[in-house]
Amino acid sequence: MNSFWIILSHTYFSKLKTKSFIITTIITALLVAGLANMNNIIGFFEGDEAADQVLVMDQESELYAPLAEQLELAESELIVEQFTGTEEEAEEAVTNGEYSGLLLLSMNSDNMPEGLYKARSVADSTISGELQGALQQLKTVMAASEVNLTQEQLNQLYDPVSFNTAALEDNAKSAEELNQARGLVYVLLFVIYFAVIMYANMIAMEVATEKSSRVMEILISSVPPIRQMFAKILGVALLSLTQMLVILAVGYYFVKQNLDSMQGGFFEFFGFGDVPAITITYAVIFFILGYFLYATLAAFLGSLVSKIEDVQQMITPMTMVIVAAFLIAMFGLTDPEASFVTITSYIPFFTPMIMFMRVGMLTLPVWEPILGIAILLISIIVLAIFGAKVYKGGVLLYGKSSSFKDIKKALQLSNKE
Amino acid sequence: MVLKLAQVTKRFGSFTAVDDLSLEIPEKEMFGFLGANGAGKTTTFRMVLGLIDPTDGTITWKGNRIDYKTSHIIGYLPEERGLYPKMKVKDQIVYLARLRGMEKQDVLSELDYWLNRFKVPEYADKKVEELSKGNQQKIQFITAVIHKPELLILDEPFSGLDPVNVELLKEAVVDLKEKGTTIVFSSHRMEHVEELCEHLCIMQKGKPIVHGSLKEIKRSFGRKNLIVHGDFSMEFFKTHPLVLKAKLTAEGAHLQISKEEDAEAILKEIVGKGFIRKFELEEPSLNDIFIEKAGAAYE
Repeated sequence: MNSFWIILSHTYFSKLKTKSFIITTIITALLVAGLANMNNIIGFFEGDEAADQVLVMDQESELYAPLAEQLELAESELIVEQFTGTEEEAEEAVTNGEYSGLLLLSMNSDNMPEGLYKARSVADSTISGELQGALQQLKTVMAASEVNLTQEQLNQLYDPVSFNTAALEDNAKSAEELNQARGLVYVLLFVIYFAVIMYANMIAMEVATEKSSRVMEILISSVPPIRQMFAKILGVALLSLTQMLVILAVGYYFVKQNLDSMQGGFFEFFGFGDVPAITITYAVIFFILGYFLYATLAAFLGSLVSKIEDVQQMITPMTMVIVAAFLIAMFGLTDPEASFVTITSYIPFFTPMIMFMRVGMLTLPVWEPILGIAILLISIIVLAIFGAKVYKGGVLLYGKSSSFKDIKKALQLSNKE
Repeated sequence: MVLKLAQVTKRFGSFTAVDDLSLEIPEKEMFGFLGANGAGKTTTFRMVLGLIDPTDGTITWKGNRIDYKTSHIIGYLPEERGLYPKMKVKDQIVYLARLRGMEKQDVLSELDYWLNRFKVPEYADKKVEELSKGNQQKIQFITAVIHKPELLILDEPFSGLDPVNVELLKEAVVDLKEKGTTIVFSSHRMEHVEELCEHLCIMQKGKPIVHGSLKEIKRSFGRKNLIVHGDFSMEFFKTHPLVLKAKLTAEGAHLQISKEEDAEAILKEIVGKGFIRKFELEEPSLNDIFIEKAGAAYE
């Protein structure tokens, strides 16, 4: 077997067997399973809780009935009960936990309804909010009847205005599509962001570990450093794909299972209703290219450190660039057409995330993402050639400092002169 | 003559690590490579292995350039020992040997042989970090020789080992030499080189200052050691015309003279001065030569 494949499979299998890899995969898979079952989980906890019961003391004794009516109209799940005893007795019932709260209704000087809500604690504002809403509605009705408005006229007054947006460009996305795209792009951006940081880190650590344990000198006396570097990068790439596949498979299984309960709400908002294949394709392309770009960078940065402790310090600038790209992409989600976003999407280290965001959000002419991919490919090749040179010298370089000045020294070592 | 270095120079920027080094190392021999720290030994080894390219000059093995195509016939024990600390000895050696072109089955049977020879068969399934430093070194040595290299480069093979293990390793090295392996090794320890090598080279600041066969080097050094122990004052040796160097000790004096006849003259002179308990003439040790030559270059 060729030494390239020996290193590749060694990297892949030895990483695959590590506890940290297995644990991250399991935790992420659980998280995905949890998200896919979100509706069931929320339902499970809600099912256990009985509907809240609220006592109502109505001093004027003409407010209770219309209030209950309003609550019913608003499809509230609150159960209200009229109470005729003393306030102390009512408060005691609340303190004992028999009821969730007590609402005191009265008329003010303008002959308008007023409310005072008492509960053991007012941390939960959902009940008081619902009551307030219903009372507000009641007050509106009463005020309207004073100026002799019919319920019909009132409805007209409160009917929300019809307002729609339409895009004139043929291929532009409608507002609804844009909202859908936003959710999907958001999630995929997160995946790219985490994966790039995690796997680039893994590469840098791997190289630095071999260097600091000095096994590197044996390795590079058997195998050319450049071949070794790319075998490693590909090995970790396969590893990342394995992890992604496991997580995707878990996600797919649960989404399939819960498809019915997922219509509408949360999932529709995130644009998972019908996933556009083109967005996923671009996500995969930009993830892979982004991975190779950052992995090559990480490998050569890792080759410069002498001690494992220095790895983080060395790759911090790279992590910052990834974070910056992510933040710009996040900003771009709300304003994808900003010229700032357009320009940065052509800067190599930002391209994987920002160009993907743009291509997911906007309907770009095909040449734009193609140009982005071309820019990435060229930068990967340039970085690989340069990185391989640094790597070749860097792995032989041991010093106290781990800084970017070492790049020059490393190049000196790998050159003839 | 198989390993040939011709006018090899290596510069790092303005610093010259190896300066115009020409060496010919005979096949199936053990060649000693000596030098103080920073003399350019490791740089030379790295150039021989093709890890770094010489600025000038060529290095050939049996007339061919050494590169990754020949890596399976070369074994290397680096000065800084390096193994995967968290990997089992067996997995580790299988991995590294496969990178040198061996098949897994062959590695396992060879590994068995070597672990038994070093009396540590139980280490095969242990992690390297669990082993003592000396035992790690044995494992490191196995990784260098398991693929039966034609050329074996050992950078400080005996450093950090106890005397028993030094003997064990020395025997293995001699065995390999007798089986036809060409061995180049570096050391600070002169007695190891004296014991094992027919040819040697002493490096100083990147330049070979002594180079040739051990016997010739000793003969041409032109000095002999004279040890005199006796019950009289030896102060006068310090100004004696025949004595090149005198060091007084508790029991007498260690002298350096240029030839045997001088010893005779000195003996005649001191007879009668008092009782002579010891009068011994000996060949200079490699250590003396090294200190003399390397020290002189410092001055």
